Amino acid sequence: MTIEQQLFEGETIRLGPIDYEKDPAVESRWTHDLSYLRMVGRDLARPLSPAQVKKKYEAIEKGMEERNLIYYTIRRKEDNELLGFIRLDWIEWTHGAASLKMAIGNLSERGKGYGSQVLRLFLCYAFDELNLYRLTATLSEDNPRGVSFFKKFGFVEEVRRRKALLRDGQTYDLLMLGLLKHEWRRE
Amino acid sequence: MSRQLFRGNLVRLAAVEPEEMSKAMPRWNLDTEYYRMLDSAPPLLWSEKKVKEWIDKDLDKDPAQDLFFSIRTLADDRLIGFMSLFDYSGHTGDALVGIGLGEREYWSKGYGTDAMRVMLDYVFNELNLRRLTLIVFEHNPRGIRSYQKAGFVLEGRVRGAMQRDGRRWDWFWMGILREEWARMQPGE
Amino acid sequence: MENDMLKGKLVRLVAGDPAIEAQEFCRWGANSEYQRLCSTDYALQFSAKKWKEWFEKDMEKDPPLYHYFAIRTLADDRLIGGISLDGAAYPSGETFVGIGIGDETDWGKGYGSDAMNIILRYAFEEMNLRRVALDTFEYNQRGIRSYEKVGFIHEGRMRGYLNRDGRRWDMLFMGILREEWEARNR
Repeated sequence: MTIEQQLFEGETIRLGPIDYEKDPAVESRWTHDLSYLRMVGRDLARPLSPAQVKKKYEAIEKGMEERNLIYYTIRRKEDNELLGFIRLDWIEWTHGAASLKMAIGNLSERGKGYGSQVLRLFLCYAFDELNLYRLTATLSEDNPRGVSFFKKFGFVEEVRRRKALLRDGQTYDLLMLGLLKHEWRRE
Repeated sequence: MSRQLFRGNLVRLAAVEPEEMSKAMPRWNLDTEYYRMLDSAPPLLWSEKKVKEWIDKDLDKDPAQDLFFSIRTLADDRLIGFMSLFDYSGHTGDALVGIGLGEREYWSKGYGTDAMRVMLDYVFNELNLRRLTLIVFEHNPRGIRSYQKAGFVLEGRVRGAMQRDGRRWDWFWMGILREEWARMQPGE
Repeated sequence: MENDMLKGKLVRLVAGDPAIEAQEFCRWGANSEYQRLCSTDYALQFSAKKWKEWFEKDMEKDPPLYHYFAIRTLADDRLIGGISLDGAAYPSGETFVGIGIGDETDWGKGYGSDAMNIILRYAFEEMNLRRVALDTFEYNQRGIRSYEKVGFIHEGRMRGYLNRDGRRWDMLFMGILREEWEARNR
């Protein structure tokens, strides 16, 4: 990583700020697919109206002002279309530790290599700019694609919270994957 | 149905009295060995006034979300610590539990394990959770042993989660499933 | 894999949006038959502004007072009503459901039972509840038939609860257990 290298520019995607005009409607649509919400987190999956998404964005920017979280939208360079998001939560500055979460919203946009571009950029940001020591990514065992995606970058399974999730009458383990700076595979 | 849910053999879980707790917590927090077992954030010393504001705000929240209890001795009704349930997810049936025994003389005497047993009974028989989770720091072997005695199983370690005193320490994640807890009960 | 949990055969459930719904709720409220099917409160007329205020206030709460969804037809994406589950569902694992379809011309077309099937699936497969209950008035024959069709079982009645049009009416209680729903749907 050099000072001239762009922190937020990938080959076909870029990391960007929230666009209050365009993004709420797009994200509202994603939230009506409960499998998207389930991929993103453990909260009760509930669809959001564009107005509710806007409120969420406001809370996110407030969190950023308070230095508790860092959030970027993922945008396609050619048309600035919103593709997803990447965020750091539970940032503990004195320990250099944070929780990482990312998602590509549209089913049809997954599997195109956007995720790899994003994570490659973001890990540089996390380790070379934020000077973090470690990152944690939490996923359901029911998301093997997500798990192998993170493992490609050097993440290792650290914690298995047994039967922590109950969905459609089935229990699933919740996995916590960790990446230490010195284990990070830059390529 | 007639057994006392909040009563153990050495302690009982009781309501938090904001006046009393806002005086006890700042005093306990001066003991940094205690504080550093409780919280990964660097110890900060807050006034009784500030702590009381937080307690009042906490108690104002919807009780179905998070719980906050005092731990009191059965022998002389002394306030010796607190217990809290947080990150409670109704639909997931899981929550995080935290315990802090502020009064040092009650460490290593079974008070913590007793309080945890009371909480487990409450969590599985009244809140109907499917499992209970906790985080304990690598530098707290006393805590780790106490939780294992209560039935918690080590589910993994978040490596180097904290840097303290010039070295890295892990976070231990421990969990107990309802079925595991049920098997431990007398008569099972 | 996309999850169609919120989509049924005739309708789909979407997030409520006060700005959109307030107008419709105000209009539907003008139909006193609709009001008297929905509520034990005496029939009144409220402005769209008032509806919007209520919606916004309820949706602001965290956790929400209830899980409200708007009902839209699949055929022409028309807003036809709302369905909601009471928010305080834990730790008991059970909750109440309420549904309202505003326009008389949309009654008796199967929209209600379709929406009810969607929300029961949501209640049992996402919220992981053990049972869902409802209460309804003895004179809501169409509603009662719809609930029976979906699998609700009669559990009791509060005799003479309502006083309307010079006579007493019972309030009926119905419920469906998780096992019963699973037996019908898996």
